[in-house]
Amino acid sequence: MARKLPSADVVLVGFGWTGAILGQELTDAGLQVVAIERGSWRDTPTDFAVTFAQDELRYYWRRALFQQPARETLTFRNNATETALPMRRLGSFLPGTGVGGAGIHWNGMTFRFLPSDFIAKSHNTQRYGADAVPADMTIQDWGVTYDELEPYYDKFEYLCGIAGKAGNIKGKIQDGGNPFEGARSRDYPTPPMDMVYGPTLFAAAAKELGHRPFPGPSANMSRAYTNPLGVQLAPCTYCGFCEKYGCGNYSKASAQTTILPVLLRKDNFELRTESEVTKINLDSSGKRAVSVTYVDAQGQEYEQPAELIILCAYQLHNVRLMLLSGIGMPYDSASGVGVVGKNYGYQITSSVDVFFDDKFINPFIGAGSLGMVVDEFNGDNFDHTGLGFIGGGYIAGWNTNGRPIETHRTPQGTPRWGAKWKRAVAENYLKSFSISTHGAVMSHRTNALDLDPTYRDILGRPLMRMTFDFTDNEHRMSDYLTDRAAEIAKAMQPREMKVTKRTGSYSIVPYQTTHNTGGAIMGTDPKSSAINRYLQSWDVPNVFVMGSTAFPQNPGYNPTGTVGALAYWAADAIKTQYMKNPGPLVQA
Amino acid sequence: MAPHNISRRNILSAGLAVGSASALAHLPSDAKTIAGEMPWAPGVANAPQSVTPGGYQFLSTNEAAFIDAAISRLIPEDELGPGAREAGVTTFIDRQLAGSFGAAETWYMQGPWGGGSKSQGYQTRLTPAQLYRAAIKAIDEHCHATFSGKSFAELQPEQQDQILTGLEKGEIKLKGAEAVTFFETFLQNTIEGFFSDPIYGGNREMVGWKLIGFPGARYDYRPYVAKHGEKLNLPPVGIKGRAEWTPRS
Repeated sequence: MARKLPSADVVLVGFGWTGAILGQELTDAGLQVVAIERGSWRDTPTDFAVTFAQDELRYYWRRALFQQPARETLTFRNNATETALPMRRLGSFLPGTGVGGAGIHWNGMTFRFLPSDFIAKSHNTQRYGADAVPADMTIQDWGVTYDELEPYYDKFEYLCGIAGKAGNIKGKIQDGGNPFEGARSRDYPTPPMDMVYGPTLFAAAAKELGHRPFPGPSANMSRAYTNPLGVQLAPCTYCGFCEKYGCGNYSKASAQTTILPVLLRKDNFELRTESEVTKINLDSSGKRAVSVTYVDAQGQEYEQPAELIILCAYQLHNVRLMLLSGIGMPYDSASGVGVVGKNYGYQITSSVDVFFDDKFINPFIGAGSLGMVVDEFNGDNFDHTGLGFIGGGYIAGWNTNGRPIETHRTPQGTPRWGAKWKRAVAENYLKSFSISTHGAVMSHRTNALDLDPTYRDILGRPLMRMTFDFTDNEHRMSDYLTDRAAEIAKAMQPREMKVTKRTGSYSIVPYQTTHNTGGAIMGTDPKSSAINRYLQSWDVPNVFVMGSTAFPQNPGYNPTGTVGALAYWAADAIKTQYMKNPGPLVQA
Repeated sequence: MAPHNISRRNILSAGLAVGSASALAHLPSDAKTIAGEMPWAPGVANAPQSVTPGGYQFLSTNEAAFIDAAISRLIPEDELGPGAREAGVTTFIDRQLAGSFGAAETWYMQGPWGGGSKSQGYQTRLTPAQLYRAAIKAIDEHCHATFSGKSFAELQPEQQDQILTGLEKGEIKLKGAEAVTFFETFLQNTIEGFFSDPIYGGNREMVGWKLIGFPGARYDYRPYVAKHGEKLNLPPVGIKGRAEWTPRS
C-alpha cells in the first residue's frame, strides 16, 4: 500500500540536466519543488575524483555510471516482422542513471540546431517539392522556431560556459566560426579550447578543399569560468576521459558543476534519490494528473501528489512512463494513428581513419568536445537536388581520447588478433587519427516505441519495445557524408586510410551515440504530436515533458544544446503563462 | 499555485559513498532525501579496489592452462615485448569471472530466451563465467577428438591458431556454448586485460601501455597541448602510481 505524502507544487521525475534546470527556474519563481530520482547521489570528489577517474575498465567497459539492464532495459527489433528481444547488455547507446543523469558522462559537444532544422518538413518541401518527403517519412515542423529559442540557447550556453567561436552574431558572419549557424545574440561565453595536432591537420586539409572548419563548441572549459548562478568551473586538463566518464576536475558542465550547489541549498527544493517513479496517476477524467507513485530501494511505495508534474527523465523513460500512465494515445505504426511512441529517432555515424608515418598525433591529449568541425554538409547547408536524400550531418576531426581498450586503430586488412595485430597497434597508436561523420535520422512511419508484450523490468512493468532501422535516406546521406570525409582525409596526405561506412541494418551492439530522440514529439496539432510547443501534454495539461523526447526528427548535431534550450523555453512558459493561468497554453 | 514550504527532513549520511565499486555500483542503498545543503562527505571516495594477489579464484588448473595458451596466441610475446600471458591477463580474466562481470550481475538475464538476429546482440542464457567454463571444456573435447588426445594447451602454435580461427568464424561447433559468442567475449576480455589499469591484475608493469606509448592514468596534459607532432616519451602511470611501484602478484 502506497504511503501518501503531503502535496508539492511541482514534482520532477528524474534529476539530470532538465530536472536541474526546471528545479532552479521554478524554485526561483517561488514554487515548492520535489525531485524524484531513481539512482543515487554522486558528485565529483566522491565518485570520480582525479585520483581514480581515468579508469577505462571500470567506467566504460564495466558500465559504472550507466543504467543497468538488470534493473531496466528495452527490447529491440529492426522491423515489425521480428520478435523483439531484450537488450541484455548496453551497447549502441548508454542511458544514464543517478543524479546528473547522462549529463555526467557526456562529451560536452554543445551545438545549436539550424533554423531550417526546426521547419524540416515545410522547408524541404518548399525547396525540393512535395516528392522530397516520401509518404512514410513522417517528419514534421517543431512548432517552435530557432529565433524563438535563441535566448534560451544563449542562457544554456552561459550556464555551462561553452567554449567556442561564434560564426554569426546578429546576422554578421564571423571569421573562424560556423558561417552556417543561425544568428546568435552574442559570442560564446569562453574562447575555443586550445587545439591539439590531429584536429589542426584536419582543419588545414578541409580549408584546402574550400570548407570553413570551426572549433567544436565545448562544455569542457577552455579557461576558468564563473556562471550566472555563481558556480565555478575549472580549466580542462585535456586528460581524455569525458564521454562515459565523470569529470574529476570540475571542467565539464553538468548539473553538478553548474546548478546543484545553488539549487540544493534552497528551502523550497527537495531531492529524493534511489526512488523510482512507476506511474503518473490521473484523476477520473483522465485529463488531470494528481500524483506520482514511486518505490524506494527497499520496495516501499509512496504517492506524491503535486499540482504540476514534469517528466525530466531520459528520452526513453519519459516515453515509457507516458505509455504506462495512459497519457496521450499510444502510436500504432500500422495505421499511423496515435502519438506516444511515434517518430523514434537516432543518428547515423561513420568514420575515416588516417595513418601517418612521421606525425605524432598523441591521441591521449584529448577532451570530449576538442576538435574542428565542417558544417558544409549538414542540414540544408548544401543543395540536395538529385542526391536522393534530405538532411545531413557534420564532419569532424575530434580528438576525444586515446583510451587504449577503446581506441587502438589498425589499418585496413589487419587481422583482429595475433602478432600482426599487435605490431599494427604498436606502430599506429600514436600516429593515427579518426575523422567522424555525425548524421541526421529522418523520422519514418515504422520507427517507433511501444510496450513489449512479453518482457518485464525488475519492478514487473512491461519493458519498452523499440522498432528501428536506418532507411535509404540515412544510408544515402551517410555514404555521401563519408565520401566527403574521405576527401578531407586524403588531403591530410596520410600513409594510408580506412573508410568505415555504416552498412546494413542498425545494430544495438556496437556503441554509436547516446542520441535517442522522439516518442512524445512536440508540434502544432494534437493529432500528430504528443506535446505542444511549450512541451506541455495536449491531453493532460498539468504534465510537461522535457528532453529530446520532443524532437520530431533528429537533426545532424548532438542534442544537448537543444535539450537545454527547450528546458529553459518550457520553464519560462510555465513561469510567465502557466502559473498565472494553469491550463492548456495552446488551444487544440 | 501559491509558494509555500513544507517541513524538511535533513537525512544526510556521511558514509553514503563509502565502499568498493563492485559492492556499491550494483546494489541499491537506502533512499535518501537531500535538502537544504549539498551532501558533502570530505575524505570519502568511491575508490576502486585492486585485485587480491594469490592463486586463481575461479579458473581450474585446466582452464587456466587453456587461457594461458590461448591468450599467448591472441597477443603473443615477441620481439616487440611481452604478450598477454606475461602481462597477467590470465589473472585478470580469473578475477573478472570470479566477480560481478562473471556473474552478469548488471545484465538483463530474464527469460524467455531465444536467439535473434545479429543486430539484437548477446542472447545466451549463460553468464560469462558459465560461458567460459562450458566453452573451454568443449574446446578441449574438440581438440582431444581432432588431435589424438591432446588438449588445446598441448597443441603446436599453428594448430592453436587453427582452432581459434575456427571458433572466430563459427566453423567449430561447441557442445553447450556458442563458439562465436565465446570467442568475441574472450578476445574482448584479453584486450581489456592487456590495456586496463594494472590494479585489475593484467597490464602488469604497464607492458600494454608501454608497447603503444599510452601514458596511462594521467590527469593533466596541458603542457603538451601545443607540442604538435612531437614524440613525447611520457612514461606511464597508473591509478596506484608508476610501473616500478606495482607489486608483483
